[in-house]
Amino acid sequence: MDLYRHIALSLAIWIPIAFGLGILFVGPRFVRMVRPLAALGSGLTLLVTVPLWPLFRAGSFAMQFREKVAWIPAFHVNYALGIDGISLPLVLLTAIIGVIVVMAGGSSIKERVSEYFAAFLLMEGLMIGVFCALDAMLFYVLWEAMLIPMFLIIGIWGGPNRVYATIKFFLYTFLGSVLMLVALLYLYFRAGESFDILSYYHLPLAQTPQILIFLAFLIAFAVKIPMWPVHTWLPDAHVEAPTGGSVVLAAIMLKMGAYGFVRFSLPITPLASHELAGFMITLSLIAVVYIGLVALAQEDMKKLIAYSSIAHMGFVTLGIFLFSRIAMDGALVQMISHGFVSAALFLCVGVLYDRLHSRAIHDYGGVVNSMPIFAAFMMLFAMANSGLPGTSGFVGEFLVILGAFKVNLWYAVLAATTLVSGAAYTLWMYKRVIFGPITKPAVATLSDVTGRELSFLAVLGVAVLALGVWPEPLLHVMTASVHHLLWRPGLRLAGPQP
Amino acid sequence: MADMLPLLPESLVAGMACVILLADLFWKRRFRPLLYWAAQGTLVAAAVAAYEVRGPAARPLLHGMVAVDDLSTVLQITIFLLTIVVFAYARTYVAERGIFKSEFFVLALMGVAGMCVMVSAAHFLSLYLGLELLSLSLYALIALQRDSIAATEAAMKYFVLGALSSGLLLYGLSMLYGATGSLQIGVVASRLAALPAHDLVATLGLVFVLSGLAFKLGVVPFHMWIPDVYEGAPTALTLYVGAAPKVAAFALFLRLLVEGLHGLSGSWQEMLVLLSVLSMAVGNVVAIAQTNMKRMLGYSAISHMGFLLLGLLSARASGYADAMFYAIVYAFMTLGAFGIVILLSRKGFEADRLEDLRGLYQRSPWYAWMMLLIMFSMAGVPPTIGFYAKLAVIQAAVGAGFYSVAVAAVLFSVIGAFYYLRVIKLMFFDAPIDVAPLRGGWDLRWILSLNAAAMLALAPWTGTLIAVCRTAVHGLP
Repeated sequence: MDLYRHIALSLAIWIPIAFGLGILFVGPRFVRMVRPLAALGSGLTLLVTVPLWPLFRAGSFAMQFREKVAWIPAFHVNYALGIDGISLPLVLLTAIIGVIVVMAGGSSIKERVSEYFAAFLLMEGLMIGVFCALDAMLFYVLWEAMLIPMFLIIGIWGGPNRVYATIKFFLYTFLGSVLMLVALLYLYFRAGESFDILSYYHLPLAQTPQILIFLAFLIAFAVKIPMWPVHTWLPDAHVEAPTGGSVVLAAIMLKMGAYGFVRFSLPITPLASHELAGFMITLSLIAVVYIGLVALAQEDMKKLIAYSSIAHMGFVTLGIFLFSRIAMDGALVQMISHGFVSAALFLCVGVLYDRLHSRAIHDYGGVVNSMPIFAAFMMLFAMANSGLPGTSGFVGEFLVILGAFKVNLWYAVLAATTLVSGAAYTLWMYKRVIFGPITKPAVATLSDVTGRELSFLAVLGVAVLALGVWPEPLLHVMTASVHHLLWRPGLRLAGPQP
Repeated sequence: MADMLPLLPESLVAGMACVILLADLFWKRRFRPLLYWAAQGTLVAAAVAAYEVRGPAARPLLHGMVAVDDLSTVLQITIFLLTIVVFAYARTYVAERGIFKSEFFVLALMGVAGMCVMVSAAHFLSLYLGLELLSLSLYALIALQRDSIAATEAAMKYFVLGALSSGLLLYGLSMLYGATGSLQIGVVASRLAALPAHDLVATLGLVFVLSGLAFKLGVVPFHMWIPDVYEGAPTALTLYVGAAPKVAAFALFLRLLVEGLHGLSGSWQEMLVLLSVLSMAVGNVVAIAQTNMKRMLGYSAISHMGFLLLGLLSARASGYADAMFYAIVYAFMTLGAFGIVILLSRKGFEADRLEDLRGLYQRSPWYAWMMLLIMFSMAGVPPTIGFYAKLAVIQAAVGAGFYSVAVAAVLFSVIGAFYYLRVIKLMFFDAPIDVAPLRGGWDLRWILSLNAAAMLALAPWTGTLIAVCRTAVHGLP
């Protein structure tokens, strides 16, 4: 167990990367080995990450499972890893989604199969790395390296307009992160040539540098989340990406932006965070209200879910910048919940797309007649997406709205409109796709879910219900870290402790 | 005689150049392939010799004309390695185009000897001598394919502008001589320190010297020759022009600006800021409009030299090491990129348009991946080594307080990412128009694969490489 504590995070990062590289090299010659190898790789990763949960000391805000090796001594860059209560659930989410993507992936992928799975495994390792990195430069390297596989996933296996979408995706996110690089370098020199993220938490920075650093981080994280008005790459990327790409994008990559706020912006620039909280809350509410309305007008299922993701991530940023314990808890639960729900919805669209090769809502109608089991699952996920009590979607939204009430009644009122608009766009889409008479002859011939599809939908269904009914274990793990984040000695972010 | 030993690498290269020239005259034609091996053997031997004769401290030789120190040792070995790669890539290419002659190897080796003198120069005269030896070899090399109009035109342009810039440099050196009364770099440095600040003659000399150097490095506004020469020269020679001479030109900056004119660093820092930002802007923006791969890489070279200057303008030893790391990484990246162009070309087909890369992934997945690594490395995307090079120089600029320059640099690197991505898009997302199988000798294939894989594989050892560069510059002020 002691050894495990020292290598667990490295294993979780490098197992998928090693399998990814292996598949990349041997895959083209042994095509039949690709799927088993990918399943083995992601399965092992999950196996390695699961014990982190019971071994994690939930009462402590300190980083656990730490590792540290000098990497580039000339710049004092270390290979430093560690997780706290905020990153642990995200690491597990990544590992679970990794397995699901491998299970789901590939029925529609006919060409370059080995590259497809290799790209996903590489991404999985890099994403886990982002959530574990305690060295700013290691974080940046992993954060940026992820662009390469995603660029290829959208560009090679995407839809008709994939080239435009993938270049837009790459340049948007690249532009966002390079300014973060300059901010990190500034912090590096201010901290006496150190890239240790935790040492940045104690830097006495004046207001102006704090605001500049906050803005540099904001561009990087806002593009990734994405916040209004830099969200326009997301619908394009989602629509063109293959199902697996959409799942990873929505379930995990979007969370990295929100994670960035919690790991960097809030603790490093507390003054600026307070100063600009109103601005951030405004942007979040615009995302919640306006993007919710935009989602209502979508004719393409994937685009609709993409817009709904932006609205839900608006909830996350709202919860983060309310600086109340309940709202912060809500934001973090919402991150995990949205990871499962959006993944499930994209997989549902993928199931339909594999059969009819269309994402347009009007090409369907009456699917329940030919695919009853599928309709039941999709009903569950649609309900979770609109925040029905008993599903995970409810917990996060409820906590954030509760936190908003304490701060400002109008924030809460505006945020609560999502309960209306979310239900409207999700259920209206559900109604048009699933219910009603069969108007298209192709729909009548649809076959219901296969065993493989059933298995991953069931896993996600259980996760969504479990988190909805009993979120306590998740909240328990986060408590100490959230508390420390908001009431760190000397740098009080929030008001008096409740 | 014993104190001549440190000059062994240069002497070896220059001597073997003469031997190869004579050998080709007397050998039968069927022995001609041996020229290639003789040249490669010379370079390997010279690299080993340079490593063996290294010494800890600067040792002035030949009455202070040259000094062998860690800087010269590291850069000389780099130049030998780069040239070995160039020869390996160029072998089939030059053979198919009828320029596999002793002239090619002799001129290239003479250029290498010139570069070796440049990097170890301790005197204005030897520095200028090395520079001219390199430049004259380059002019002749580019014009080697006599029946190619583009190549001769490129050589002519290069010659006229190169001669002009050499003139500028010489004029600047003469002014520095006027101001200090010495041609010895070390003496110039100490006498400059005694001069009043903003001495008119010395500053004017600095302006001319810097103009000449900027031309040799190819930074805006002295960049006009780069795209034309890159496009016009046969690819094998673009390869030669684009790699080792950049490293040697960088060494001139260190020898002249840092060792000689450190007293004027306040002035040259400001000038370098301008040159650097302009180069990154013009290079990256104009490269987007190119349809010719070689020309695009030419503009990309301009922007990369702008990045390199970021390290120099910090005027600190760690910054010089960062710039040196950048120069070496860039030289290998550019070799890889031109190596792919050579691999795609065949007799009568240059494969130098961007379209020729279309669908490379379907023709040869391996080399498409290799080119992908090189392009991401050039764009500075982690985890490729190009990122660490960019990180190093941007870090140097931030450390010296040039925040706005650093912000400009990262923004231009985003603009630059677009045209590198376009290359990847052509290779991976488009269907091929040319389906001829790839050719190229085994040495090209193997070394190219190694070259490109190093972009990724060396990333964990970035720390070691930078440490080597730090050791090399420790003697600089």
